Order: sequence, then C-alpha cells, then structure tokens
Amino acid sequence: MPLQTITLHINGENRPTTVRASDTLLYALRGRLGLTGSKPGCLNGDCGACTVNVDGWPMKSCLMLAVEAVGKKVTTIEGLHDSPIQQAFVKEFAFQCGYCTPGFIMNCHSLLEQHPDADDQTIKEWLESNICRCTSYIEIEKAVKAVMRGE
Amino acid sequence: MEVIGRSVIRKEAADKVTGRAKYTDDFESVQMLSGKMVISPYGHAKIVNIDTANAWKVPGVRAIIAGKRYPLTGETIRDRPPIAVDKVRYHGEPVALVVADTPAQAKTAADLINVQYELLPVVNSPTEAFQEGAPLVHERLGEYKKEADSYPVPGTNIATHTKIRKGQMEKGWAESETVVEASFSFAPSDHAAMETRCATAEIFPDGKIIIMTASQAPFMAKRLIADYFGEDMGKIIVHTPLVGGAYGGKAAVQLEVLAYLASKEVGGRPVKIFNTREEDILTSPCHIGLDATVKLGADRNGMIKAAEIRFWWDGGAYSDKAIDVSRSGAVDCTGPYNIENVWCDSYCMYTNHPYASPFRGYSHSELSFVIERTMDILAQKLNIDPLELRYINAIKPGDTTPTRVKLTRSNVGDLRKCIEKVRELIKWDEGAIKEVNERIIRVKGVSCSWKTSTIDANAPSGAILTFNRDGSINLMSGVIEIGTGTKTILAQILAEKLKMDVDRIHVRMEVDTQTTPEHWKTVASRGTYMAGRAVLQAADDVIRQLKEVASCVLRAPEEDLVVADSRVFLRDDPSIGLDFKDIVYGYQYPNGNSIGGQIIGTGKFILRHITHLDPETGEGKPGPEWAPAAYGVEIEFDKRDYTYRLIKACTVLDIGKVMNEKAALGQVMGAMSMGLAFAGRETFYFDELGRVLNPQLRTYRPLRYGENPEYLVGFVETPHLDSPYGARGGGEHGLMGMPGALGNALSLAAGVPLNCLPLIPEFIWRAKKTFK
Ligand code: FES
Ligand code: FES
Repeated sequence: MPLQTITLHINGENRPTTVRASDTLLYALRGRLGLTGSKPGCLNGDCGACTVNVDGWPMKSCLMLAVEAVGKKVTTIEGLHDSPIQQAFVKEFAFQCGYCTPGFIMNCHSLLEQHPDADDQTIKEWLESNICRCTSYIEIEKAVKAVMRGE
Repeated sequence: MEVIGRSVIRKEAADKVTGRAKYTDDFESVQMLSGKMVISPYGHAKIVNIDTANAWKVPGVRAIIAGKRYPLTGETIRDRPPIAVDKVRYHGEPVALVVADTPAQAKTAADLINVQYELLPVVNSPTEAFQEGAPLVHERLGEYKKEADSYPVPGTNIATHTKIRKGQMEKGWAESETVVEASFSFAPSDHAAMETRCATAEIFPDGKIIIMTASQAPFMAKRLIADYFGEDMGKIIVHTPLVGGAYGGKAAVQLEVLAYLASKEVGGRPVKIFNTREEDILTSPCHIGLDATVKLGADRNGMIKAAEIRFWWDGGAYSDKAIDVSRSGAVDCTGPYNIENVWCDSYCMYTNHPYASPFRGYSHSELSFVIERTMDILAQKLNIDPLELRYINAIKPGDTTPTRVKLTRSNVGDLRKCIEKVRELIKWDEGAIKEVNERIIRVKGVSCSWKTSTIDANAPSGAILTFNRDGSINLMSGVIEIGTGTKTILAQILAEKLKMDVDRIHVRMEVDTQTTPEHWKTVASRGTYMAGRAVLQAADDVIRQLKEVASCVLRAPEEDLVVADSRVFLRDDPSIGLDFKDIVYGYQYPNGNSIGGQIIGTGKFILRHITHLDPETGEGKPGPEWAPAAYGVEIEFDKRDYTYRLIKACTVLDIGKVMNEKAALGQVMGAMSMGLAFAGRETFYFDELGRVLNPQLRTYRPLRYGENPEYLVGFVETPHLDSPYGARGGGEHGLMGMPGALGNALSLAAGVPLNCLPLIPEFIWRAKKTFK
C-alpha cells in the first residue's frame, strides 16, 4: 500500500509523518511518532486504552485513521502536564498497573472540560467506555470528583 | 512505625499518569521484525496440509514456520509443541508463525496461509474427559518427559491426580446426622489484563539471547528456554519492564518461546510477537474451569465431621501450570474450616479447551465457590444461620489443614475475627432478605476463604542495595511491578528498617535476569514476604558495613552506634556521627588516606520447611501461612426477570499488617471487582467444535465504570511472625470469596440452588424452570 506524508497537529506541535492510508491514528502515534502513552488494548474500540483528545473530544485512536486526523487538534497523554486530573489520579491511587491509565485520564480530562459539573449519570456515560481491570473504579470516581470540587 | 502502613505514593506514579511508563510493546526499534501467528479455528483437528506458497509472495516476509518439530514444552509435563504439528488441540493454538518487516505484512501473509484440517471428536468439558472411552487429547501421554510430582495416567485424559486422605471417613459419616451433596460447574474464562501479552527476542553472534517479555516469570522463561532448547542459561537475558496487569495469566511461558524461535529463523534479528486481544484470549493461557462435587456431613450442632470432595479441573489442551493449580486446590480443599475427616480427589483433566495458567487466587476462588455454596446448603438443611455455621467451624490455631499441617496463630490468623467484622459491616443481623417492593428484594450472601501459596519449596528471592554518592539507596529486587505496588512496599520496608526517608530510596522497576537477583516468580502474593525478607537481610548487611567504617572513624565500638536519618551516630550523642554520603563510598581522612570502600548490601530468602506432598495421602507442608478472609455481598434482585444489581460487596481479610493503606485497599477492592465479574458474567462460551464464541471485550465483559457496587473493606491484623512486620499476602483474597457470596445471595433470592457460573439472569431463569 502506498505511503503518504501527512502533517498531524499533536500536543501543540506540527508533526510530519509517513503513513499508509489504512494506518490508524493509534498506530501512527505509537509506531511513527514514538508517542507510546496511548495503549493498544483491543484495537477495535472496546477498551478505551488508546483514548486521545481530538478537537476537545475523547476519541479512541484505534478507531480513527491517521489521515482523518489531518487538520485536527490532537492531544495525547504526553500533552498533559501536571493537570489536576493527573494529580488526582496519583493522590487517589486511581491506577495500579497503569496500562488503562493514559486512556482513562484522557477521557476524564475531556469530561472535565466539557462538563465541569457532570452528575453521576453523565460521568458513568463517559467513563464506561474504558476498562480498568485492576482498580475498583471507586478510586477513579474519587479522582474525577476531587477535581470537580477544585481540590 | 513511621513508614509502614502509610499510603506512600507509588514510586512509578508520575510515569504512569503521564504516559511515560514503558511496557513491553512500547519498545521498538527500526530493525525489529514482526511475528504473526496463524491460529487453529477448531478445538480438535488433524492438520492435513499447510500451504504457505501464497504467503511467501507477500513483500517483506522473512520467514514462515509451519509443521516444524521442536522439542516439546510445558512446565510440569512436556506435552506442548510450541507450534502445532500433526494435530491441533484447542481453538487458538498456533499452527504457523510468519515473520515479516511490518505487522501489516506479517498479517497479510498469515491470512494467506491455507491450512487443511480434518475434524476430530472434541472433549468439551472435564467431566466428558473423565468418561471411559472419551477421545484422547494426548495419545502419547505415557511418553512425555515430566517432573517427579505429577502423575499422568496414560490412556486417559488425566494429567495428574492429587489425593487428600485425612482421618477416617467412616467415622466422619457415622458422626454426621445431616449430609448434603451438590455438584458444581463452570467453564474456563480469561484474565483479560489490559496489556495483552507481548515478547521480543534477539540472538547475538556470541549466542546471547535477549528477550523482553510482559511476564510475571522472567527468571522461569530463562530457565525453561535453556532447558527446552539446550541453550546456555547464562547467555539468556530476559528483560521485563512494567507489566500492564497479569493476575496469574502472565506466569506461564509461551510467547517468549515463539519469539525466540522466530528470531532464530531469521538469523537472530529482533522479532516482536504481540498478541491481539483475540489471540490473548484464545491462544495464550486462560483461567481454569472446574466441575466438582462436594459432600459434607455435620452433627446436630452443626459441627462438620466429614468432607468428600472431587475436583475435575479443566486444564485445557496442555497441562503447563494447571497441574500445580489442581494440586493447590486439593491442599486447601475444605475451605477455612476445621474438618477431621477429609477425602479429596483432584484431577487435572486434558480437554480441547484453551489451556490454563494460574488465576488470581490460584484455584482458591474456584474451590471457595463450590465449598461456600455447599456450606449454605448445609446451613439451610440444618436450619442454622449461615454465618454462624461458618463461625463455629472456622479454622483456628491447634487445628490441622487437609494436608495435616498444624496451625498456629501466626500461620493461620484469625478467621473468627474476620467473620465478626463482616457481620457488622454488612449489617447481617438486620436479616438476609428485605423486600423493597413487590418486584424487588434486597438480599445478602456471605462466604469465607483461606489461602496458602503452593509455590516451589525451594523458590528463592534476593535483594541488592547499592548507594549513590549523596547517600541515597538503590534497591534491586527481581519482583515484577505488575500493578500491585510491591516495589514501593519494599522501599517502605527498607526505609522503616534504616529509619530513613523513603524518598531517598530509589527502586529499580525493570527486571533483567542478568543483573537483578532472582525472585522466583511474581505470583501468589508472596512478593512482600519473600522479597521483603531479602530486603531486611540486605539492610542488616548494610547496617553492619556502615557501622564497621563508622566505628573506626568515630573510634567507638559498633554496639554504641545507631543508624537513622541517613546517618551513623553515637547512641548517647547523636551530634557525633557521620552522614551516609561520607562513608558509603569509603571514608577519606583529611590527608587522603581512605578506608572502607563501596558499600553493597545483599540479602536472600528461601522458604523454610516446605515439603512435597505424599502422593497417597497428600500429607505435607505446602506453604508458609494461610491468610483467612470473610465476605458479604448485597444485591437487589428483580423477581420478575431475574436481573440484579450489585449494591455492596465486603471483604474482611486478616492481612497480618497493612503495609500501605491505600495500596492495600486498592488491591482488595480491585480483586473484588474481578471476582464479581468472574462470578456474575465472565465465561467462555464454547460450541460443539470447542470454539470459543466470545474472544473479544465486547462479548467477554469485565465490570465497567458504574457497574461496580459500593465496596466495604476491613482488615484484621494477626501478625505472621516470619514475615516483614507481620504482613500476610493480600493481593488475591478480595476475589476469592465473591463467587460464593454472590452465589449464596442469588440462590436465596431466587429460591433455587445456583451451582454454576457465571450467574447471569438467563441461567437463574433456567434453574428456576428445571427446579420446579
Ligand atoms: S485499543 Fe482502542 S479501544 Fe481498545
Ligand atoms: S490500572 Fe491496570 S487496568 Fe487499570
């Protein structure tokens, strides 16, 4: 399959990269750009480990082609620096093995931006798209709510 | 205590919340090739032909392995060809392996390999496997190489048979006024760690074999590859970075072998094999299934007098770790109850299912389900409160285990205290059933468990401490950070012992088998105990060396010196002393003379007095201590459609000592989440060809956010005297009691015994229909 060079806007930088038309954004991020924070967990949208933020919305990067991301603003876990939700995850022990963590944090981060006062139902609707096999989710709930309360 | 017990932030926290933490698949290099498996679409079939001609035409293909005979592999019995030859024995078994420049090319080529099969009759459950005349999964079972303590029966599907014979059964039955008997069954399921398994291998011209793997057992991978293929053990170096969840599933050695063979095939170039989710569920080892019958007898006061237990474990197509799992199930077969007359036959059966590796709890969540359900059935028949029945029969110091180990307060903890605490936490005395409205009832169920670890009697652990010139310490241990936070706890143990700031202790997270002292395997909740003991010994070693130098410089006897706050100083005048940084690389006198030298501390540990089990009676000491626990689950049950909601789940565990509060809570609650999913929804659905119909996370569903109940956790702290600060294993227990407690709650709610897993509404409906 022919390769093409595209420019992705990632974490505030323009990153030219060479991809096949069928490469997913996840594959390009990890394999081409070395941004391995986004994780492959299922490669078909079931687990959320690959979640990034595209134009302000959470997106499973295994379900989006790299070429579709051209012209969009992509933020990956590497683009967050000491954000409140990252701090809250540390404080609340909201991770164990850490594999689901980047995806969860990106989803939570988008949620907090879009719905800073989300009620329990909204939080559930957003976060049930990610799987964490280690924690009980209570820790993640606490982390999200701590940020909402501005702690 | 200063550091022990505190919720010290995990050492790798910052890396994990920034996406900078690295797991095996995150390591890439330009020259790395990709391996892709072709897997069997059937449970049992003869391989008639493999056509690779079209696959070879795909650009970038460097090697295709198919139909090649390698030495057989398998941890206990050598029964598994790394890549199938002659026939396939489970859905998902590797049949061919393609190596190509990119993952896409490897996949394209793999898809073009045409394998012709001839179907064979399928052994679709351990009960089927046990029938006389059942098709044989392994025709040549008698010819395999094996370890001494496994007992396969050639001409059958029995991979091993563990016997427990304790007391006199006739006496037990004679003393029993009430006898109950029940049968249980559940199919294999999956660990579903979020990181799928992955391994890379590269072979250098000097024979060095460098492997990287997402594993709980890199040291075992090294040993086995040397053993299997006659490689020089010292030339095998296995690296394990952080691991993205394991739960026992990554204790088996599989992809490492395939990566090694693939690299060999391409002249030693680096090759990566990365499981897709489907492969991870099908091809790599799964969570064992079980068929069982339990018969319990009790006198009129409810004291249990006899237990007869039969387990048929669904070890799957290859015995690998299932043999050990089935043995571990036998040694604790009664659950945490004092029973003098015990008969148990535990069979590890071959079937045409994916093969099993350990699952968090190592046979104990499975055996707890069957025992705890039977306990409730017994309580009902005796008309005794089920929690009370457990309380009066609870195992305690002075009792013996099924393998006749004499119990003490130190090695068995205090189950009764756990039960009392559960009683309070779930408000048991308010009643087990409460009507919410005419459709909905709220129901509670309880259970108990215990567990010892049946790891190898000679399993080692070691620790090395080195210093940095600023006086801070580097801690090296072979424990893998699989998510349990054990490496942080090791730092806490060291900080407590040296009375120093835990932030001045740097823990090496990655393990490599060349420079990290061996920790047998990161399994069985034994990291804190074994590696902790090694760290304590290394700390003593360091203290001794520090005092030796300081005693010379300070001109004071070693006995008068104290180590604390990164200093060595005089007991009666702390102002006279030396900072670590001035002595850990030798002390230099003003004129330049130096003494001492670099301080390196080492420590080791091996379990004491563990024995093999007697093959006829099971007598022997399988593990160092038993941690008991009690549980409760509360649900809201809809009497009309048999759906239910999880309201509360409770675990009270005798953890010996809470080492890191938040980490301990996280371990217990996370384990409960997994246990509830195992009990309530997770299973493989097989068709008549032995195919797993749900190898994806949309059809195989762990709990998701918001489906979880409220969690209640309590700790009892009866110290295990041999363990650092008294700690017992705690990573598995939260899971173990959930299937029993949920099964008991739902059986009460539905008014029928529910003795199969998973407990889905459809199963409850069927049970209701047949029970009437
Ligand atoms: S890898 Fe994208 S959702 Fe699982
Ligand atoms: S922390 Fe391991 S899967 Fe979430």
